[in-house]
Amino acid sequence: MGVSENHGSAKTYILGFLFSLILTAIPLWLVIQHVMSKTVLTVTILLIAVLQLIIQFFFFMHIRDGEKPRYHVMALVLGAVMVFTIVAGSIWIMTFNSQVH
Amino acid sequence: MGEKAKGFFVTGDPLIYGADVSIIITLLGILVFLTYFKKWGWLWSEWLTTVDHKKIGIMYLVSSLLMLFRGGVDALLMRMQLAMPNTHFLQSQHYNEIFTTHGTIMILFMAMPFMFALFNIVIPLQIGARDVAYPFLNAMSFWLFFFGALLFNLSFVIGGSPDAGWLSYPPLSELAGSPGPGQNFYIWGIQISGIGSLATGINFLVTILKMRAPGMKLMQMPLFTWSVLSSCITIIFAFPVLTVTLALLFVDRFFGAHIFTAASGGNPMMYVNLIWMWGHPEVYIVVLPAFGIYSEIVSTFSKKKIFGYKSMVFSMIIISVLGYFTWVHHFFTMGAGADVNTFFAITTMAIGIPTGVKIFNWLFTMFRGRITMTQPMLWTLAFIPCFLVGGATGVMLAAAPADYQYHNSYFLIAHFHQTLIGGVVFGYLAGLYYWWPKMFGFKLNDRIGKWAFWTWNIGFYVCFMPQYALGFMGMTRRVYTYGWDMGWAPYNLVSTAGAFLMGIGFIFQVWQILYSIKHGERDLTGDPWNGRTLEWSIPSPAPHYNFAHLPAVRSDDSWWDMKKHRYGAAGQDEIKEYAPIHMPKNSGIPFLMSACWFVAGFGLTFEWIWLGIAGLAGIGICLLARSFQRNTDYYIPVDEIKRTEASIGRVV
Repeated sequence: MGVSENHGSAKTYILGFLFSLILTAIPLWLVIQHVMSKTVLTVTILLIAVLQLIIQFFFFMHIRDGEKPRYHVMALVLGAVMVFTIVAGSIWIMTFNSQVH
Repeated sequence: MGEKAKGFFVTGDPLIYGADVSIIITLLGILVFLTYFKKWGWLWSEWLTTVDHKKIGIMYLVSSLLMLFRGGVDALLMRMQLAMPNTHFLQSQHYNEIFTTHGTIMILFMAMPFMFALFNIVIPLQIGARDVAYPFLNAMSFWLFFFGALLFNLSFVIGGSPDAGWLSYPPLSELAGSPGPGQNFYIWGIQISGIGSLATGINFLVTILKMRAPGMKLMQMPLFTWSVLSSCITIIFAFPVLTVTLALLFVDRFFGAHIFTAASGGNPMMYVNLIWMWGHPEVYIVVLPAFGIYSEIVSTFSKKKIFGYKSMVFSMIIISVLGYFTWVHHFFTMGAGADVNTFFAITTMAIGIPTGVKIFNWLFTMFRGRITMTQPMLWTLAFIPCFLVGGATGVMLAAAPADYQYHNSYFLIAHFHQTLIGGVVFGYLAGLYYWWPKMFGFKLNDRIGKWAFWTWNIGFYVCFMPQYALGFMGMTRRVYTYGWDMGWAPYNLVSTAGAFLMGIGFIFQVWQILYSIKHGERDLTGDPWNGRTLEWSIPSPAPHYNFAHLPAVRSDDSWWDMKKHRYGAAGQDEIKEYAPIHMPKNSGIPFLMSACWFVAGFGLTFEWIWLGIAGLAGIGICLLARSFQRNTDYYIPVDEIKRTEASIGRVV
């Protein structure tokens, strides 16, 4: 049980929280105001979501810290595979209407 | 449904009135008992606020056995309804509710807590730790499960039970299909306990990775620990999907969205797709620890090291990851196209390979071993042929084109009961018999146990083998009743008889426990089975702090090695000085916060917004209170350790 782990400062948490709030407010505003076409809107929301994911990795989840067994790298790689499976798998499976022809 | 949605209390069915009366009598009995014997303080300080993994495990166990009883009664009611053609023992609405709650309760409120009971009781002892990584979170998990299960079970006397099937497919589970509160009970009962399950997954993953006894390498861990690790990995990836899916269903029902409705651009099949992304890994979540239990038992009672340890580890990890890539086999008939179905048929069949590896490893472990026929071993031996047939019918179902014939027939019902009872329930019962002396300090009676074993097993085959035939004869799941002309009557009657035999087996087990409390063989050594792993190196039941000295591990099967080479807890001369032990303090917050979740869930179920907000505010206050708590741990002084060790007969 190590005692030297860095749990971050109040400043990084508050900054991360603010960034997350902003990155949540932007897509909400985009949807309500109808400023983009449907495809552009979807892509923009997805990009902002990924950006928020990265923000949370750095500000909340201490992705840069770590010790010898790099458990968080393993977890992230497995997580990436799973997320890919969920998203790509669902799209593939749910296109069943268009496959019939 | 419409009639039932009107009243707060469910009315009109004599069975429900009977349940009302027995609930009130039981509650009064408990209240009078606690007050008369002045046990309220004891209940609060010893159980409700405890963060001790052993006590939490026992609470999980008691809850899951109660849920096994409730789910079992549901099953017997269904079998009585189906025993003969044209029966009207239950109303059709009541029948729908019962098959829904039977499935949900057996998986989420029986199998999961039974599994968590064994996690809690065994894992810290087996890896030589004094508690789990996050003891407070562990208590939180239990109470979230408890109040989630309570909320779900309340539905059959208040508001009306959910009736849209155990996975609540839309559009039936949408507002138009289920206007009453029953479906909300389902959503909130599962959501609340689901948070607890996810937290337990994280908790035990961290415990196993970070809290092992000094010297215990990953590849020296007992196989049950490995199975829990692989199960936890699956929990962490699967449960968030369930939470999101049910949250989206709630958004549909509460805010009138159209995510899964058939109209307005929604897609009900997306729900089916998402729920099985959790649902399929879920069956591996529950069966992997059972595999771990069998491995421990086979090795212990064959007096041999497990055959193919490394292949056992790899096959479990492969199952836990590959189990995530098979979910479409639950809805081949959706018609996603030949390429999609082919992919998922192949992944499904591929999972049979690591499972087959494990079966052979168990057989080779027994080969030329000195086998002792104890109760845990009996259940393990019963598991192997049962699971083999269950697996073979699974491969039949995995063939996508053939599945169009079997889909949702009684063939499927027989298949998954065979894997879930023959694999999971037999495994947990084997684990229960195996670790019972470690939990309570005495063995369960052998003679009554054998009666229970044989009635359970014969009952199982009598109940489910006819259902394979019924499936081929065209009987589909969830049918309420059928006519004489179908030719199903004799098979159904036999099946019902088998279900009642299993019920008798359960009664034998209750009798066995009650009998053994008084007359069971006491375990004075702490090692009643001549075990191989660390939990058998300490007294039964384990003291509060588990290990007075943390064991120094040098090999796999570490306790066996210590006994053979006379070191560690098995050495005579190695008495080290005691040091104060760092332990977590009890806390009432998990109980109170989960009670607030219950209030919030109840409010949202009936759409009483004020009550929902009050509950959520309570949760927030509890979170804040915990955040500012500094004084959460303490040290057990050396003389208290010495006193405890002396009182349980250890050399001080």
